[in-house]
Amino acid sequence: MAEITLVQAVTQALAHEMQADPRVIVYGEDVGINGGVFRATEGLQERFGGARVIDTPLAETMIAGIAVGMAAQGLRPVAEFQFMGFIYPALDHILSHASRFRNRTRGRLSCPIVYRAPYGGGIHAPEHHSESTEALFAHIPGLRLVVPSSPARAYGLLLAAIRDPDPVIFLEPKRIYRAVRQEVPDSGQALPLDRAFVLREGGDITLIAWGAALKETLEAAEQLAAEGIQAEVIDPATLKPLDIHTVIDSLEKTHCCVVVHEAARFCGLGAEVVAQVNEYAFDLLKAPVQRVTGYDTVMPYYQLEDKYLPGVTRIVTAVKEVRDYAKGRGL
Amino acid sequence: MHKPRMQPLASFDIASLQYLDERGQTTQTLPDFATPDALVAHYRQMTLTRMVDGRAVKMQRTGQLGTYPSSLGQEAIGVGVGAAMGGEDVYCPNYRETGALLERGVAIEEIYAIWGGDERGQNFRHAREDLPLSVPIATQILHGAGVAFALKYKNAHLNEPARVAVASGGDGATSRGDFYEAINLAGEWKLPLVVVINNNQWAISLPRSEQTACKTLAQKAIAAGIPGLQVDGNDVIAVRQAVAEAVGLARNGGGPSLIEAVSYRLCDHTTADDASRYQSKETLRDAWSREPLVRLRTYLDSAGLWGDNQEEELQRELTQTLEKGVRNYKETPKDAATAMFDHLYAALPEAFLEQYQQLQGGG
Repeated sequence: MAEITLVQAVTQALAHEMQADPRVIVYGEDVGINGGVFRATEGLQERFGGARVIDTPLAETMIAGIAVGMAAQGLRPVAEFQFMGFIYPALDHILSHASRFRNRTRGRLSCPIVYRAPYGGGIHAPEHHSESTEALFAHIPGLRLVVPSSPARAYGLLLAAIRDPDPVIFLEPKRIYRAVRQEVPDSGQALPLDRAFVLREGGDITLIAWGAALKETLEAAEQLAAEGIQAEVIDPATLKPLDIHTVIDSLEKTHCCVVVHEAARFCGLGAEVVAQVNEYAFDLLKAPVQRVTGYDTVMPYYQLEDKYLPGVTRIVTAVKEVRDYAKGRGL
Repeated sequence: MHKPRMQPLASFDIASLQYLDERGQTTQTLPDFATPDALVAHYRQMTLTRMVDGRAVKMQRTGQLGTYPSSLGQEAIGVGVGAAMGGEDVYCPNYRETGALLERGVAIEEIYAIWGGDERGQNFRHAREDLPLSVPIATQILHGAGVAFALKYKNAHLNEPARVAVASGGDGATSRGDFYEAINLAGEWKLPLVVVINNNQWAISLPRSEQTACKTLAQKAIAAGIPGLQVDGNDVIAVRQAVAEAVGLARNGGGPSLIEAVSYRLCDHTTADDASRYQSKETLRDAWSREPLVRLRTYLDSAGLWGDNQEEELQRELTQTLEKGVRNYKETPKDAATAMFDHLYAALPEAFLEQYQQLQGGG
């Protein structure tokens, strides 16, 4: 079986669901003959026709808004935003309508929509093309927020997102769109939403990261292992709702934790992880949870983006600080 | 000085439509649907709309209802739109649509529940596919475009009947990108969408004259490449005729239309507003002279279709209908606190179970 990249896994999942369900409609800017600017919809229009794989006029508010009406009528719209930096005009419809229709109508109408967007930095793109503002969406009640970090998880989680009866924001870490190849059978087998994945087991420290930041986090874990520190690496994958149980289970072993994300620190999802660990697992901790994140600055133009993004060194340093703290208190 | 020579490339006209003038006299032959029975039925629904609105304002003033947006003076638009739609069509309303909602079969107690702070009002027992009232301005027009896409798609590919989406909005809505993005898309995709703008001259305190430099709102259709028409929004016959024609066009694959119905908001924006701060008494008095109910009543009287006896009988009947709705609204017990979680997701994610249980235990 051929190995495929994360972006090809996205295409494979879209094709699988379009084949299985005539209600699935894929649309967005340049998703048709062009196959999307990242080629995530490559070949879909040819295969499923222009009635189901549709190029829209250039208007993000519209892309978000029509999904609400389409979904209320029983279709399964999968809308692509070209970059996360251009999703903001769509927020009104996501926040005020898609996430609320089921509740507002007491279950009469619902919005099974997937809003896809490539996100994250590190590809030397112009301004507005490197954003990681997932926390904006995590704050919205009624939404699911999903970030895959491998081809297999991109395939399985996107299938789950399209089949989910509620709206899902599906953020694709574009820095690793083509970073690794994996065998991903087109089995139609979805992965569970609302469940974290343990990507690496270890008893000394829990590292939590998602999306492209897992690349550096796993590298850091490798480096730490060479020094005798065994890190457990957890990918929440569904950022909202957050599977804190998997984190707590890990803390039962490790008693130490570092959260890594590309997004700015203030009110980033690391803060939510820290808060929930405090609420549910304070007594398990031997040291305060540390966050390794983007800085509370605007995402810089690309010459400085590697200074902004959490790198292996920052993660390793944080792990050592947390462990030194625990040791210093004789714990 | 250089004067460039230019060639005329395209030109456009905007038409307006009226059957009953402000004195209740016909300005042209009435359309076929305007039978005595139909006109009396419209008069009935417009009267009911005014009563439902009036009681809502009274209930708000006495602490029995939350903020309420009356449609006083705009009853012909709601009733005309509702009458022009097929029951199977999908209505995508803004928040000032009492008349159309009643036409669509939404219950009086449901309308009161919505403004009385109870989401269950939006769970329409009839009109199950109609969208809920939309409070954010113009957003429902984009939802309408999405509905129209779905209807067209299901008609073409899933063997469903040809149906039409009708979205409504106010004059202020035409300044929003959502409005323009919706009609632009609908034009390009030839969607079965009819957009009806209730131009009641006010977006809270901003008059129509300060909303846009456009002479009409109907002409905004031209930029989207779709038909645009202005109708006398205080003439229920004109509203119904225009909307019915647009709905028919859309149903037959002819694509979307924009209809500007010119009316006047004879009330405050909502019960939380005081229009006397920005609107002169003279303007208001002048607008009352064109209001839709008296106009239709005058016509019905002069055509020998109506009289004091019928009016008395109607008032009696509608009062009963209204009182029943009020009673049903007031007698509906408050929803369980946990209802706020029950329909947040199809199934409550485990992560929120603890909060759900906290609420269940009394908070």
